Amino acid sequence: MNDATSTVPVRSRRTGIITERTLPYVLLLPSVLFLLVLFGWPLAEAFIVALSNESGEWTLDNFREMADDLNFADAFRNTVLLVVIVVPLQLALALGLAMLLNQLRRGRDIYLYIWTIPLGISDLAAGIVWLAIMAERGYLNTILNGLGIIDGPALWLSYETPVVLFFAVVVAEIWRATAIVLVILVAGMQLIPREYNEAAEMFGANAWQRFIKITLPVLKPSLQTALILRTILAFEVFAVVIALGGRNLPVLVGEAFYWQFEYQDTGVASAYATLILVISVLATIFYLRVLRVREETLT
Amino acid sequence: MRAHARFLYVALALVASVWVLFPIYLIVMSAFAHEETIFAWPKSFWPREISFETLSFFFQVQGVWNATVNSILVAVMTMVFSIALGAPAGYALARFRFFGKDVFRVAILMTRAFPIAILALPLTVRFIQIGIYDTPFAVALVHTALALPFAILVSSSLFIGIPRELEEAAWTMGCTRVEAFRKVVLPLALPGMAATMIFAFVISWNEVFAASVLTLQERTLTAYLLVSMVEAPLHFRFAGGFFLIVPALIFIFAVRKYLFSMWGIASR
Repeated sequence: MNDATSTVPVRSRRTGIITERTLPYVLLLPSVLFLLVLFGWPLAEAFIVALSNESGEWTLDNFREMADDLNFADAFRNTVLLVVIVVPLQLALALGLAMLLNQLRRGRDIYLYIWTIPLGISDLAAGIVWLAIMAERGYLNTILNGLGIIDGPALWLSYETPVVLFFAVVVAEIWRATAIVLVILVAGMQLIPREYNEAAEMFGANAWQRFIKITLPVLKPSLQTALILRTILAFEVFAVVIALGGRNLPVLVGEAFYWQFEYQDTGVASAYATLILVISVLATIFYLRVLRVREETLT
Repeated sequence: MRAHARFLYVALALVASVWVLFPIYLIVMSAFAHEETIFAWPKSFWPREISFETLSFFFQVQGVWNATVNSILVAVMTMVFSIALGAPAGYALARFRFFGKDVFRVAILMTRAFPIAILALPLTVRFIQIGIYDTPFAVALVHTALALPFAILVSSSLFIGIPRELEEAAWTMGCTRVEAFRKVVLPLALPGMAATMIFAFVISWNEVFAASVLTLQERTLTAYLLVSMVEAPLHFRFAGGFFLIVPALIFIFAVRKYLFSMWGIASR
């Protein structure tokens, strides 16, 4: 703080405990308290609930019960597969769209607005939208029927067609959540100085070389952020799946929901939540290591 | 060659736009169709008629209206709480250098790694104990925990964007810090703060998991729809999906100017 600011009284009449030195802490206090009570504390409590039984003893019973559950293996496999398939596709698609945007001369703002509309659409609503398309008497079947691929309405979202149901979720997720990756990448691309590309072009670099040597390295922090954020959210996939197939395609958060909501067993539900948290943190550490951002590339 | 490439780019951009818009068009059409049209086979890709039958049926179903009111209540509370708590913290981050600032910043960024499930589950038990379970207020508290980190980071960047010199000029003219904030900083920060509040509203309006486990009677719209997903008739679900999307479309349009500066900053 310089001297000019420290002479300014906070209030005209009384200064009391609120001085220049304490003011930032006073301003931070409400949000810190709020986050401690509604973020830190529940987080700690979730671990305790997951790791103890009703009489309060430390035990792994909840995790054992979770692992022994019929749906657990399927839920785990489906969730991981969804993340592994959806996130790279979204990244590639968003990167392509961001590059495409640079090539467009007119209407950039309109395209960008349209492509970011899904940002405001909830996963539940996205699931319902694709339900309208994939339902038995839906639009997809109408097209397939018209092309002569199927004969009459066909059922795609039942437990008998898990592969189609799985890919319906993949498509709905790509439709809904590519926008967030796109926004982060476009925001990152705005940081690339125009001179970089102009200089490279003067030295005879073609578009592909410019992409590999300039765009990707400068974009690395944004790519990292987008990957971390998207992966964490993808592990939480839930409402899209329920809207499209009910419980026909078990996923981890879905199971946490059913254990809480239908069986009223907060212990096992918390075990699921803890598992998701652990996987999310591991994924974050993985990205931070693999895509290590050196300080000098940031400037 | 150049012209071909340009044509290709425009074509690709159009394809991407249709990919986003066409499913929305289909759900809008479904929401404004007769019940028979929903179950018709094969489907028509053009609206035959515009009917409010499905939407009026949707709102006549027991609980839908109440759920809608609750959703709005929760979203408005979330909006107010997160800006009321987040803006002062953002101002502190933007204008002061103090011990613990970096720790606070990192902690705020880290909140993103935590799944909402892990917050909502233990809180159901606590909320029952203190008697606020199954109220819009309780849901708003959890939604604020989601929206607050975002509000802090964005408002901090808003305040950084307002030159400190303007504030200092007001001080030298005899304004106190509070007066200078109210008369100089606040008017400049207002549009960005409005955008932040709209984002908080959308975060809350769209949230499903916490709303579903924290309510029984006083459901929000997403919670109500989720629970009725399995047994409700198709046209009811389509109307619900449509009604969930509408505010999102309006709000994204309203804040489109701030989208990139916000995410550019909030994602660093």
